[in-house]
Amino acid sequence: MSDFFSGFWSIYITVVTLVSILGCAVLLWLQSSAKPVPGATTGHVWDETLEEFSNPLPNWWRWLFYFTIIFALFYLAMYPGLGSFKGQYQWTSATQYGKEMKKADDQYGPIFQKYLNQDVRTVAMNPEAKDMGQRLFLTYCSQCHGSDAKGAKGFPNLTDNDWLFGGSPEEIKASISQGRVAMMPAKGVKPDLSGEDIKDIAGYVRSLSGLAADSIRIHRGKPLFGAACAACHGAEGKGNVGVAPNLTDNIWLYGRSEDVVIETIAHGRVNQMPAFGEFLGDAKVHLLTAYVYGLSAEHAETKEMKTAKIEK
Amino acid sequence: MTQSPAVYNYKVVRQFSVMTVIWGVVGMLVGVIIAAQLVWPELSLNEYLSYGRLRPLHTNAVIFAFGGCALFATSYFVVQRTCHATLFAPRLAAFTFWGWQLVIVLAAITLPMGMTQAKEYAELEWPIDILITLVWVSYAIVFFGTIAKRTVSHIYVANWFYGAFILAVALLHLVNSAAVPVSFLPMKSYSAYAGVQDAMVQWWYGHNAVGFFLTAGFLGMMYYFVPKQAERPVYSYRLSVVHFWALIFTYMWAGPHHLHYTALPDWTQSVGMVFSLILLAPSWGGMINGIMTLSGAWHKLRDDAILKFLITSLSFYGMSTFEGPMMSIKTVNALSHYTDWTIGHVHSGALGWVAMISIGSIYYLLPRLYGKTQMHSMKAVEVHFWIATVGIVLYIASMWIAGVMQGLMWRATNADGTLTYSFVESVKANYPFWTIRLLGGALFLSGMFLMTWNMFKTMAGGQAVDAPVLKAAAAH
Repeated sequence: MSDFFSGFWSIYITVVTLVSILGCAVLLWLQSSAKPVPGATTGHVWDETLEEFSNPLPNWWRWLFYFTIIFALFYLAMYPGLGSFKGQYQWTSATQYGKEMKKADDQYGPIFQKYLNQDVRTVAMNPEAKDMGQRLFLTYCSQCHGSDAKGAKGFPNLTDNDWLFGGSPEEIKASISQGRVAMMPAKGVKPDLSGEDIKDIAGYVRSLSGLAADSIRIHRGKPLFGAACAACHGAEGKGNVGVAPNLTDNIWLYGRSEDVVIETIAHGRVNQMPAFGEFLGDAKVHLLTAYVYGLSAEHAETKEMKTAKIEK
Repeated sequence: MTQSPAVYNYKVVRQFSVMTVIWGVVGMLVGVIIAAQLVWPELSLNEYLSYGRLRPLHTNAVIFAFGGCALFATSYFVVQRTCHATLFAPRLAAFTFWGWQLVIVLAAITLPMGMTQAKEYAELEWPIDILITLVWVSYAIVFFGTIAKRTVSHIYVANWFYGAFILAVALLHLVNSAAVPVSFLPMKSYSAYAGVQDAMVQWWYGHNAVGFFLTAGFLGMMYYFVPKQAERPVYSYRLSVVHFWALIFTYMWAGPHHLHYTALPDWTQSVGMVFSLILLAPSWGGMINGIMTLSGAWHKLRDDAILKFLITSLSFYGMSTFEGPMMSIKTVNALSHYTDWTIGHVHSGALGWVAMISIGSIYYLLPRLYGKTQMHSMKAVEVHFWIATVGIVLYIASMWIAGVMQGLMWRATNADGTLTYSFVESVKANYPFWTIRLLGGALFLSGMFLMTWNMFKTMAGGQAVDAPVLKAAAAH
């Protein structure tokens, strides 16, 4: 693809650049030829005392200047710079990038590739793969989900076994490679909710997770919830994987305070996880899937162990 | 008409000189606050005082309020004295003072409110941009009008640089700030350019803001105050000629080095890089001409604190104009870009060169504007010099280390090709250096407080005077 609309602009750039560089050299050469007497001034005086010596240009400085000019001409002969002239090395940033990527793929590709044929559950148990998965996670995922994968406001916790889009290896892989878009419409499916209605629903929703709420609001909120929210979140508010979150488990993506819940209902929420499949390639997505799967599997295990302990 | 009753217009010089010191304190205080916010992020108290909004306030305040007032003050002083003529259109000159102060106050209000064009060093929104244009055109009329009514035939070298600075900044401001206004309140506009062209226009502006606002203008200052304070002729007229034309011509090309390894076409990046390298010699020409002016009078450096400021500023100028071309080399830039090294580089220029030469020049000016022979306390000037120098050294050394460390951490890879460090680890590694930087900045700021005290004491002990216009010396 050419950077120029027409051949004219390429020639224009070339001429202007060369004339400018050579112009510097000519200016320097013209001013070095004369050899004024050192110690003499130009004879002009300003503001009583301001005068100028007519010293010649320092030699070392002149050569420094010439050297940078020669370097510039050499560089432009070797690298792209003069319009569409490609330079002797035929270098472009795109080919350099391509070469470096290929070299990296050749060198590192097999390290990742060997896990691709293994089942996600198997990879998740492999300590070496887990370390690699964590390094990938810290590079590509931690900005949103946090270094400990516990998320932040608007970014889901990946360690708690609560899955908005499903926690099976296949579902996790789909989330990573294709990304996810989630949208809750403002006021659910009942756009005529009043401000009071919204507060009532918020009270009811909080009560589902066992949080304190005004009993009158809970009472009034329940039928409103059925009308506005149940279509997606279910009659009991337990949600549907891939459709709407569970509202009864006291896990909150945006926060549980009354103000935040009201804000969520009143304005809705839009959220997106970007797709990484094309960018990272199958092998890295596979390792990341195993790592993320392992995070909550671990959590589930420790939880089971704890329960087992308590039962003992 | 007799020349005897005419006096130089020092009023506007006094106003700008005093505000240089005041805005210096304000701008650097905001700088210290944001430096502290990097060490203690909880100091971002609310959206108005968040780092993202205070940072442009800091840059605007130090560049345009502190640096701008210093340039107005000294250029109005220098152009009158070296043209042996009073200021042209004195009422327009008064407008430039009040107009410029209004621009600064509006910046201090709108930037924390989040109104911004989101162009670095050109954040101010369109109504303020229009006011800037009016002030700047007035400035040009006053300055060039004074040149036109000079009573000496030759134009002194300082005025070439001031003139180039005024013309180039007008051009840069008009082109880069071209935008489609959307609303007046809140002030909002969209850039006239799109995509990579917008980026290129922005960095053509950005680099020339450094080249003309922060370099050419201050070289004008240097060419008056260094020979005056050293009481020596300028080292070489010929060097002035060559480095002036080469500098103002070459700077215009160097902007693309801010966009290495981006969507900017390869050819543009190459051209930007080679002209940045060519820029080394023209930049050093100014340093040589300033420092060599002192040859034969080196002993004066020992006990003249003002000269220490001026000559040290030239050393920092030489250092940062060497560093700049090196950082513009693509392979060096691949390491340095987006790191704190850039911040260190900017401050070795901004604190070391721009602030030091301004402070020295203002210390020269103030007593002369208030009928005194020197500042209230020359001891305080000496102390200021050492505090400022130690502050700068702490600042730039910590940023060099932090920057190179960041660059190396970001590119370090493991045996499997994954990154060795996550981004947040490189942030964490920076804390010690950000703390040292905060200390350096706080030292520099404390020097400005000392200067403020010294200024008010000098003003209290003297009274405003306007010197009589001198008759030009007859040419030999």
